[in-house]
Amino acid sequence: MIGLYHYLGLGAVVFAVAVAGMFINRKNMILLLMCVELMLLAVNINFIAFSRFSGNISGQVFVFFILTVAAAEAAVGLAILVVLFRNRNSINVSEINHLKG
Amino acid sequence: MMSLTATDYIAALPQIFLLGMVCVLLMFAVFVKNGRDEVLHYGSLGTLAALAIITGELLRGHSIIAFNGMLIQDAMGDVLMLFAYAITAAIFVYARGYLKDRNLLSGEFYILTLLALLGAMIVIQGYNLITLYMGIELMALSLYTLVALSREDSRASEAAMKFFILGAISSGTLLFGMSLIYGLTGTLNIGILGAKLAATPAPGLGVWIGLGFVVVSMAFELGAVPFHMWVPDVYEGAPSGMAIFVGSVPKLAGFAFFMRLLAEGLGDLHGGWLWLLTALAVGSLFIGAVVAIAQTNIKRMLAYSTINHAGFILLGILAGTAEGYRAAMFYVIAYVIMFAGAFGIIMLLSRAGFDVEKIEDLRGLNERSPWFAFVMLMIMFSMAGAPPFLGFFAKVEVIKAVLDINMTWLAVFSVVMAVIAAFYYLRIVRLMYFDRADPDAPGIIATPDFKLLLSVNGLVLLGLGIFPGGLLALCKAVIGF
Repeated sequence: MIGLYHYLGLGAVVFAVAVAGMFINRKNMILLLMCVELMLLAVNINFIAFSRFSGNISGQVFVFFILTVAAAEAAVGLAILVVLFRNRNSINVSEINHLKG
Repeated sequence: MMSLTATDYIAALPQIFLLGMVCVLLMFAVFVKNGRDEVLHYGSLGTLAALAIITGELLRGHSIIAFNGMLIQDAMGDVLMLFAYAITAAIFVYARGYLKDRNLLSGEFYILTLLALLGAMIVIQGYNLITLYMGIELMALSLYTLVALSREDSRASEAAMKFFILGAISSGTLLFGMSLIYGLTGTLNIGILGAKLAATPAPGLGVWIGLGFVVVSMAFELGAVPFHMWVPDVYEGAPSGMAIFVGSVPKLAGFAFFMRLLAEGLGDLHGGWLWLLTALAVGSLFIGAVVAIAQTNIKRMLAYSTINHAGFILLGILAGTAEGYRAAMFYVIAYVIMFAGAFGIIMLLSRAGFDVEKIEDLRGLNERSPWFAFVMLMIMFSMAGAPPFLGFFAKVEVIKAVLDINMTWLAVFSVVMAVIAAFYYLRIVRLMYFDRADPDAPGIIATPDFKLLLSVNGLVLLGLGIFPGGLLALCKAVIGF
C-alpha cells in the first residue's frame, strides 16, 4: 500500500536531485532552468499528496497556481538566457563571472 | 461558500485600480507615438497620486479580511503601501533623465516598475500562502525583466541571469517549506494557521523543517545572507535607474512578508525562528560590514551596505515583540529613504556616456556642488547611524528591541559591525570634502524637479532625525499587538 510518506519521500528526493543538479552542474545554463522546473514539480508532488490524504482541496488549488507561475518563470528565464547568449555567445555557467568583487 | 461583497473589492481597490491603470498605460505605450514619454511619466505619477488617495481613505476605516481570507487590509499594510508609492514616484523622477540619456526610457520601464509595485502591494496585503506567493512571483518576475531591460548591455543580462537563478531557487525553497507547513496544519490561511499552531502545544518535526525552508528563502526578499549574492551583482550590472527600484520598494514588501508569515502566521514558533533569524542577521551584519570595505565600485559598496541594513531589519523582527516589529518597520522605512537618496546622487552625477561607478568619481564633490555634497553627507551619516540623522534612531530602536529580549551579545555585535560599516561611509565623506576634484569634471546638470526632490530627500533624513517622534508614533499605531 502506497501511503502519504511514500509520496513525501518521492517529493523530497526529486527536490534534492534538483538542488544537487544546480550545484554540481558547472556547464550549461539550460540545465539550471530545468532544475528550477524540477524543484517546483517536487513541491507539487508534496502539495497534491498532502491534499489527497487530508481531503483538503486548497493544496490542489495551490498546485494550479504553481504550474502557471512555473510556465511564466520558464518564459522569463529563457528570454534572459537568449539576451545573455546574444551578448556573450556562451551559456556556459563558468563563464558567467564578469561581475565580482 | 461565501459570496463576495462590495467590501471585498474595496479592500483590494488599490490593487485593482493599479492593475487597470497599468493596462491603460500599456495601451498608451503601444499606440501613442507623439509625446509618449510625457504621457507615461505623468500618467504613472498621477496613478501613484490617485493610489495614495485611495489608500489614505481606506486607512481611516477598520481593517478588513477580504476574499474569504485571501487578503487583509490593515493599517500596517496601508502605511507600507503609502511609502511604496512615494518611493516609486521619487524613482520615476530620479530615473527619467538618466534613462533618457541611455535610450532606456521606454514604456516597458514604467509598466514593469508599476507591475513590480503591484506585486509588492499584493505581498503587503496577502493573508494566504497563495496570495503571498503570487505577489512575490509577480514582483520577482517584473524585477528580473527590469534588470535585463538594457538588452545590449552584457553586464545587465548577466546580472539578470544571476538574479533569476537565485530567485528561482529561493521560491522553490519557499514553496517546499510552505508545502510542509500546509500539510501538517491543513490550512493556507495565515490567521487559521496562527490559531492552529497556538492550539498545538508541540508541533511535529515536519513543521520545524518547513519553517527552516521558509525562513531561509525569505532572506532573498531582504537581500540577507544566505541569499545575498544577487545584491552586489544586480546593483553593479543593472543600470542605476533600475537598481534603485530593485533595492528599495521590494524591501518594504519583504518586511511585510516577514510580518504576515512569521509574526502573524508562525508567531507561536518564535522559539525556532528566533535562532534562524539570529544566524541570518549575524551573517548579514558581518558580510555587509566587512566585505564592503574592499569595494572600489560605489554601487557594489551600497549593495553590501544594503546587506548590512538587512541584518539590522532582521534584528528588529527576531525580537518577536511588538517593540521589535515597530523598530524593524521604522528601520525599513528609514532604509528605503536613505537608499533612494544615495542612488539619486549617483544618477545626478552620471551623464550621457558616463556612469558613476568608482568611489573616486565622488572625489571633490564639495567643489563641484557644495549643496549636493552636503545632501550626500547627510545620507552617508544617516546610513552610518550618526546622530542627529534618521538612521541613528532606526539603529537605536532595533538595538533596544534586542536588548529587551536579553540578547546583549547580539546588540554588542551589531554595534561593532555598525562601527566597522561607518568606516566606508566616512571614506566617501572624506573623498567629497578633503580631496581635489578633477579639473575637467563638468558641472552638474539636472532638471529642477530632480534637484528639488533630491534636496527634499536629504532634508527628510535630517528632519525626521531631529523629530523622529512622528514616524515612531506612526509605527506604534499601526503595529498594535
